[in-house]
Amino acid sequence: MMSTELHQLSLAELARQLREKKVSAVETAQHFLGRIRAHETLGAFVDMNEEATLAQARAADTALAAGNAGALAGVPIAHKDIFVTKDFATTAGSKMLAGYRSPFDATVVSRLAAAGTVTLGKVSCDEFAMGSANENVAVPALGHPTPAPVRNPWDTSRIPGGSSGGSATAVAARLAPAASGTDTGGSIRQPASFCGITGIKPTYGRASRYGMIAYASSLDQAGPMAHSAEDCALLLSAMCGPDPDRDSTSLDAPAEDFTRSLNDKLDGLRIGIPKEFFGEGLAPDVRAAVDAALKAYEKLGAKLVPISLPRTELSIPVYYIIAPAEASSNLSRFDGVKFGHRAKDYTDLLDMYKRTRAQGFGDEVKRRIMIGTYVLSHGYYDAYYLQAQKIRRMIADDFQQAFQQCDVIAGPVAPTVAWKIGEKADDPVANYLADIFTLPASLAGLPGMSVPAGFGAGNMPVGLQLIGNYLQEGKLLNVAHQLQQTTDFHLRQPEGF
Amino acid sequence: MSLTSADISRIANLARLELQPEESSRMLTQINGFFDIVEQMRAVDTSGIEPLAHPLATVAEVALRLRDDVVSEPNNREANQKSAPAVERGLFLVPKVIE
Repeated sequence: MMSTELHQLSLAELARQLREKKVSAVETAQHFLGRIRAHETLGAFVDMNEEATLAQARAADTALAAGNAGALAGVPIAHKDIFVTKDFATTAGSKMLAGYRSPFDATVVSRLAAAGTVTLGKVSCDEFAMGSANENVAVPALGHPTPAPVRNPWDTSRIPGGSSGGSATAVAARLAPAASGTDTGGSIRQPASFCGITGIKPTYGRASRYGMIAYASSLDQAGPMAHSAEDCALLLSAMCGPDPDRDSTSLDAPAEDFTRSLNDKLDGLRIGIPKEFFGEGLAPDVRAAVDAALKAYEKLGAKLVPISLPRTELSIPVYYIIAPAEASSNLSRFDGVKFGHRAKDYTDLLDMYKRTRAQGFGDEVKRRIMIGTYVLSHGYYDAYYLQAQKIRRMIADDFQQAFQQCDVIAGPVAPTVAWKIGEKADDPVANYLADIFTLPASLAGLPGMSVPAGFGAGNMPVGLQLIGNYLQEGKLLNVAHQLQQTTDFHLRQPEGF
Repeated sequence: MSLTSADISRIANLARLELQPEESSRMLTQINGFFDIVEQMRAVDTSGIEPLAHPLATVAEVALRLRDDVVSEPNNREANQKSAPAVERGLFLVPKVIE
């Protein structure tokens, strides 16, 4: 096998070749490190540490030679810059954490490392994971003198989506066979959709939040982004599992082998089609790709069942009350005392807090802290925060009702394909509205994924969203994998990469 | 409902954020724009509905887990203070708070 072809392989195939010693982990790491360097213009990577990467690769080769290697031995991965890492800088895309070094690895990172993955570096994200376009970045990417938006490899004048935009771009451009992501309101599914890759957000609590810099703790969830459902299943199997001592909301659900049910047939599968996901806000090109995928499912023996998620539109204000409320609390730790940025000049402690935070946080983060502080403040708590939490339950109950009629739910991930860089940069509300189809499952804590379903306007990728009931990740991956046996959208590559 | 610039400075103070005047006025416009989409939420009848904090409480009893109150971590002070802005003899330095 020529090493120039390594980036064309699926993660599953790469893992196989590593096990069979057709290629070494060091060779593999070097190949991808070279690709990252060659494509710095995309702005995907924010930190690398070749020495650490190659040391991990050598350890994988040793384990492979000794025959005691993990399932993912030697498989390279990029980590979203929201996971803390010992060997790489961690900034969460913020000036607040410029130069920060974590003394420990996030549980997701260490679990993947225990399975044998080799970390290529850290990939860009919206500041503290707040954004839908990866334009809210305050730290420069490698090879860039100043902060720059991440570019979508399918059209470099467009955004990759967010907040896991660097992860999506890195995978789509074959700079890494896989990347970790986090999803609070759609941050895995939407960039996966915009970049034509596969991504899954598991049930809330499946993957540990320990070492994942907190944005909205009742929503934040880690998951893998890769080319196929099979690749995601391999990664998710390594990522999930209880972390009872370090994450108080970690579920007591045992780790699973999510590849086990990939090949189950879909005969008789009931796919719920929420009518609210197909209204006038949905662009016709996206609708056409989604409809085609649904037709493919019918050919595979599935049955489409019309359902209703009547509070879909309400999920926007509900999410944008709850998430900022939690963010305003979580981000109070950034006060210039224990870590991170501290203002140079100040008169007293209060002034130090205020100037430190004014300098360290970007516009979108400040906006969400302000909204969150307001809705939690005396006299407004009941009307906004509590009301939002009550509607959150109604939204979650709507899903349970829908799941009485269907096994999985399918629809678009986003109303449009990826937009142009800068197009919505000055209009936060326009960004919020574009999250409409991913927010409901986030609020309900349900697993959801994006599966490449075709191409829309500007030849940009379109993702199909699949939503499952609690702990039904295996079913979702099975449903996605079966589509990928009859379509090749997940194998397409952007030109020039 | 519309926020005023006085609200913005009150909230900024609570949030410990120093906002420049032009930043404040931009924030005012944007936050009021945001609260336009929040209005639809306030009209929803939620009487008798329990607020949902942990999403899985939709289908199961969820109790916040507590761990045993025992020492589990080794002393790691030096590593933990490596990224602190100002440290002296193992202590975090802050401006004088008590005269």
